[in-house]
Amino acid sequence: MADSITLRVTRWRPDKNTPPGPQEYDVPLRKEWTVLDGLNHIKDELDQTLAFRWSCRMGICGSCGMNVNGEPRLSCGAFLTDYAPGPVDVEPLANFPIARDLVVDMSDFMEKLPRVKPWIIRDDDVTEIDGEYLQTPEELDAYKQFSMCINCMLCYAACPVYGLDPTFIGPAAIALAERYDLDSRDQGARERLDVLIEHEGVWGCTFVGECTRVCPKHVDPAGAIQRYKLKAAQENVKAFLLPRGMR
Amino acid sequence: MTKRRIEPLVWMTFSAGGVTAAMFMPVLAFLFALAFPLGWITPPSRDHLLDILQNPVTFLVLLGMFTVMLVHAAHRFRYTLYDGLQLKWRWQIAMLCYGGAMLGAGAAFIILGQVF
Amino acid sequence: MSQDLTYRRPISTWWWLRKRTYFVFVMRELSSLFVAWFVFFLLLLIRAVSRGEAAYEDFLDWASSPLAVVVNVVAFVFIVVHTVTWFAVTPQAMALQVRGRPVPAPLVIGAQYVGLAVVTAFVWWLVLR
Repeated sequence: MADSITLRVTRWRPDKNTPPGPQEYDVPLRKEWTVLDGLNHIKDELDQTLAFRWSCRMGICGSCGMNVNGEPRLSCGAFLTDYAPGPVDVEPLANFPIARDLVVDMSDFMEKLPRVKPWIIRDDDVTEIDGEYLQTPEELDAYKQFSMCINCMLCYAACPVYGLDPTFIGPAAIALAERYDLDSRDQGARERLDVLIEHEGVWGCTFVGECTRVCPKHVDPAGAIQRYKLKAAQENVKAFLLPRGMR
Repeated sequence: MTKRRIEPLVWMTFSAGGVTAAMFMPVLAFLFALAFPLGWITPPSRDHLLDILQNPVTFLVLLGMFTVMLVHAAHRFRYTLYDGLQLKWRWQIAMLCYGGAMLGAGAAFIILGQVF
Repeated sequence: MSQDLTYRRPISTWWWLRKRTYFVFVMRELSSLFVAWFVFFLLLLIRAVSRGEAAYEDFLDWASSPLAVVVNVVAFVFIVVHTVTWFAVTPQAMALQVRGRPVPAPLVIGAQYVGLAVVTAFVWWLVLR
């Protein structure tokens, strides 16, 4: 095994007038190192001006999403040896505006997520309940997969529809709406449907399926979206057919 | 109260057209576009085809199938134009695509009716 | 925050050539154009059948011309692409459950191919009896 590998890292500063471009760094090629370890080596030993996000370094916080050799990856999950002999292109997460170097502006996602009301919505007006909500293992299984989302936004980076039409609400938001709709404790499906039945909701999705392929937690947002379309269509037919009171 | 929207109904039609095309087009295309013209299989007589076409059930089934398949194509092509060419006139593209599908459905109605 | 100090990267028109899965996706979408082509083709056939024996023969002659055959072979390939990709994504698009247990994907896909076989056999019989 060679003892080093080149990382070609995108650099950009908002106060300079040059477009983003790669800068090369040689980092040690250690068996257990990930791209994130390489970036931390750069910042610690080679170039402290490099900016990037990271936190848990173990694939659960969702902070370190980047494009590695064109693929949306968590940099803490991309092992350098998998890219040997390199060089490895490390770019900011696709489809998001660059704030600086590898840091992207995620405010669009932060605006979209609350729109689908990703929390338990109840009809009853209680602030204190008599014990816990009971849920069987089968009821948990119904939504568990979609609850694995860590909001890492790799799915947004993979989605060509989101890249071309930033008004599209996006894979993670819809998958999280489905997570709550399928939760037996939740009674808010109607409110989420009203948001997602709009054009920038589910209908922009053309089922490319790339979101599911890049998801590090196997959430399958593409599947969630298609099922949501069917559900929305069924509710819509009922809205047309049934008189006002029964809808 | 759920809002009423047209887009979900268009999507359902698109889906119906997709299933129809997936199930029926392979055999129809194989027989009528390849096997019969190329003589791999002896084509049926004109009288036999006319016989099938003059059945009112055939008229309704074919009209329904052609319509949903045309809507399927219009819907997919509309989104391909959005994503492929990144065109900005979304409303106009949608009208052109579904309008084309409706014209096709109209033509199907007339042509299927002419067998009677 | 008064100013947007971020850099927005443009998306190339050729974005779909950059990754194999994107390319397959666009081919799948374009298959719908060939579905529309065959609708048009079948309508021309039906019109020829209405017009008489001679028109029907003329139609079959035209359909056997080299240009028509090339177009129809390409179109037929895309129809197969449509069928195969449509069947393949159905399990992901519909979470089917029988008696509370999810139906495994290969069963859903297999059932669709059985449907295809039944439809093909029916149309074959109807047209060629």
